[in-house]
Amino acid sequence: MTSDGRSPILTLRNIHKSYGPIEVLHGIDMDIHAGEVVALLGENGAGKSTLSNIISGTVLPSAGTMTWQGASYAPANPREAIDAGVGMIHQELLLLPHLSIAENIFVGRYPMKHGRVDRREMESRAHRGLERLGLDISPRQYVEGLSTASQQLIEIAKALTLNAKLLILDEPTAALGGEETKLLFKQIERLKSEGVGIVYISHRLEEIKQIADRIVVMRDGHKVQEFDTADLPVRTIVEAMVGRSMEQMFPPLAVPDEETVLEVSNFSSPSGRFTDVNFSVRKGEIFGIAGLIGAGRTELVRAIAGADPIRSGSVKLNGRDITPNSPRDAIRNGIVLVPEDRKLQGVILDHSIAENIAYSNFESVARAGWIRSHRVREFADENIRKFGVKGRGRQKASEMSGGNQQKVVIAKWLARNPRVVLLDEPTRGIDVGARSSIYEIIHALAADGVAVIVVSSDLEEVLGVSNRILVMAAGRQTGILDRDEANDVSVMELATA
Amino acid sequence: MTVTADHDVGKSRLLEMVSIRGATGPLIGLLLLCVFLSIATDSFLSFRNFLNILDQITVLGIMAVGMTFVILIGGIDLSVGSVLALSMMVLGYLNVEAGMPMAIAIGGALLASAVAGAVSGLLITAFRIPAFIATLAMMSIARGVANMITNGSQIIGFPAWFNMGAIIRYGGFLTMTVAVMLIVFTVATLYLRYREGGRSLYAIGGNPEVARLAGIDVQRTTVLVYVASAVLSGLGGILLAARLDAVQPSSGVAYELDAIAAVVIGGTSLSGGTGGVVGTIVGVLIIGVLRNGLNLIGVSPFLQAVIIGSVIVLAVAVETIKRRS
Repeated sequence: MTSDGRSPILTLRNIHKSYGPIEVLHGIDMDIHAGEVVALLGENGAGKSTLSNIISGTVLPSAGTMTWQGASYAPANPREAIDAGVGMIHQELLLLPHLSIAENIFVGRYPMKHGRVDRREMESRAHRGLERLGLDISPRQYVEGLSTASQQLIEIAKALTLNAKLLILDEPTAALGGEETKLLFKQIERLKSEGVGIVYISHRLEEIKQIADRIVVMRDGHKVQEFDTADLPVRTIVEAMVGRSMEQMFPPLAVPDEETVLEVSNFSSPSGRFTDVNFSVRKGEIFGIAGLIGAGRTELVRAIAGADPIRSGSVKLNGRDITPNSPRDAIRNGIVLVPEDRKLQGVILDHSIAENIAYSNFESVARAGWIRSHRVREFADENIRKFGVKGRGRQKASEMSGGNQQKVVIAKWLARNPRVVLLDEPTRGIDVGARSSIYEIIHALAADGVAVIVVSSDLEEVLGVSNRILVMAAGRQTGILDRDEANDVSVMELATA
Repeated sequence: MTVTADHDVGKSRLLEMVSIRGATGPLIGLLLLCVFLSIATDSFLSFRNFLNILDQITVLGIMAVGMTFVILIGGIDLSVGSVLALSMMVLGYLNVEAGMPMAIAIGGALLASAVAGAVSGLLITAFRIPAFIATLAMMSIARGVANMITNGSQIIGFPAWFNMGAIIRYGGFLTMTVAVMLIVFTVATLYLRYREGGRSLYAIGGNPEVARLAGIDVQRTTVLVYVASAVLSGLGGILLAARLDAVQPSSGVAYELDAIAAVVIGGTSLSGGTGGVVGTIVGVLIIGVLRNGLNLIGVSPFLQAVIIGSVIVLAVAVETIKRRS
């Protein structure tokens, strides 16, 4: 690491981070030198964001020490980190669209003269910052309407006017096209030559090979491997990222019927979040959809469930075209969605479990449109008991654990005997115990002849539950793998293709 | 276990019918207010005064029911006062100026109101204009149209029986107008509690995305809610016309604020999803009793406004504190 005799500008020693009883970082050591690009890699949830948030002062470590340019460093908030010269560029850009570029760069610390904002000074300093990045735009221009790449560079310019010596870039190319990425890389090379250290987080392994000098791989909160060069086969990097551990959590899979239930063809979203997706799911099959964040998986299943509009394509159910226009449409045809964000899309937290279940089962709890309130409670109690939910119908959804809330969301749909069930990240934020019971529910559904689609960012999960796996990358379908050819490496290769 | 459960169900169904769900605080406030006024004045505690109060709250009561629907789905309707005026003017024009039968005039007035509500609803759903802005615009438009009908002047000359409906107390207590209000209260309460459509309003107010994903047609329901609010305001206008035996386009100014106040005092949350008509009825009664009682004591109308404002703050503060603890 220090083989060339230079001393690092930032060192991390034994950094731990816990949220309550759960430790998410287990003693990370890392060095970053001036003028180098260190790629920080790992699957979703490996701890990359937590680590970069600790460096940039957004999150406080539970234990461990950091040294910055030879002195001890413990930023209590992002402000202190910025003042020390550590800048972080978030994946979601945090610019104010209705202000000019110069105002965005200096917001909160406007240069003042005679008690007023010195616009001329502000604009000329902003201009110098933009020039340093080779950007030829007027600092007076409004941010609204600028390309994502330009906005990204403005964020970087902002960090540079703060004399940042270390930049953390979190997925900077997630929203960039090929040309824009090239432009960004040119600027990164330039910053490197000026001695700025860069931590580069990305899922795109081909890019990493181009831009990074070293690679640090994380998995489950551990630093698992460090490579002193980025000139490695992608397979080697992927193997380090996914590791090799398969728990016996998943029940054995049954063989699905031959009969095709759901057929999705030439499916494209209006915004291009997914394009030209084609697949079919058989009766009793569990069909996994894998990919990295932003690959378009959630958008795809939402569109199949009628929740979002599509530009083209069709959904066929048992050979009949039923391309839904609304969730209501899809539900009527027996296609139901257990959405990604339980708290915002799955349940109404302030309402009781019984009410939450009733909202999607009016025909079961009402007679001629009249709700029978005792029936609402009975129906809820019956259904949540079936799925082993601890609690009673009259409890508010907010009083239940995440696992039980998720079971309620599933229960409210299964009471309708659906033909296709779409589950988006069914076990996100759910503890291990509840997780395996959700897998059991999934398998029971398949055994009943339901076509089940499971979207998951958890590779182990998607490999463990699926008969076949559709892999997506940046909105494209990059392949469908059969169970016997699917493994962590083959999926990751397609997901980063 | 099962025996007690069944017994519970039977009992709880009865209790549920009359339960006031979350409006206990306002109800206690109303009772305290009545006790205080009974002691402070000689004339408050009488059957006659009670009937007076009912007469005085008819228009507000009916409008507040519509407002409850709107606020339950997380919306707001600022146009109700203007729609009331529009309905009155259409009624007067059709019946007096155009000489049509009252039944047709009433139908026309309600239809005009429904159109105003549908326009607001479509602006909100199809064009995604915030409810505040859409109904603010409708408040101005409906008022303008109401004025255009007679170029700002009033219309008199309704048939004699029309005004009698607001005066004659059938069976010694029930005027036609109060009867209409009681019917609206009953139907709205039953609808919100026991109809699919009513329960859907709670779902939409709780979280429109969850409701949509649950298969509820959120857009259509939203439009219908604004139509309902406008039609109820129009109905309020017809009752007001009966009471005044005249219509004028300046009626109903600032009524939307009274209606919102009644709903909020009654415990319906402005963010939607919780509350109900029973609470609103209590809220309407609090405002009605307060006005009536303060008049009896001889408090000036200016001070009355201050007191009513304070009551709104008090009611909401109590609810908020209760929820937090």
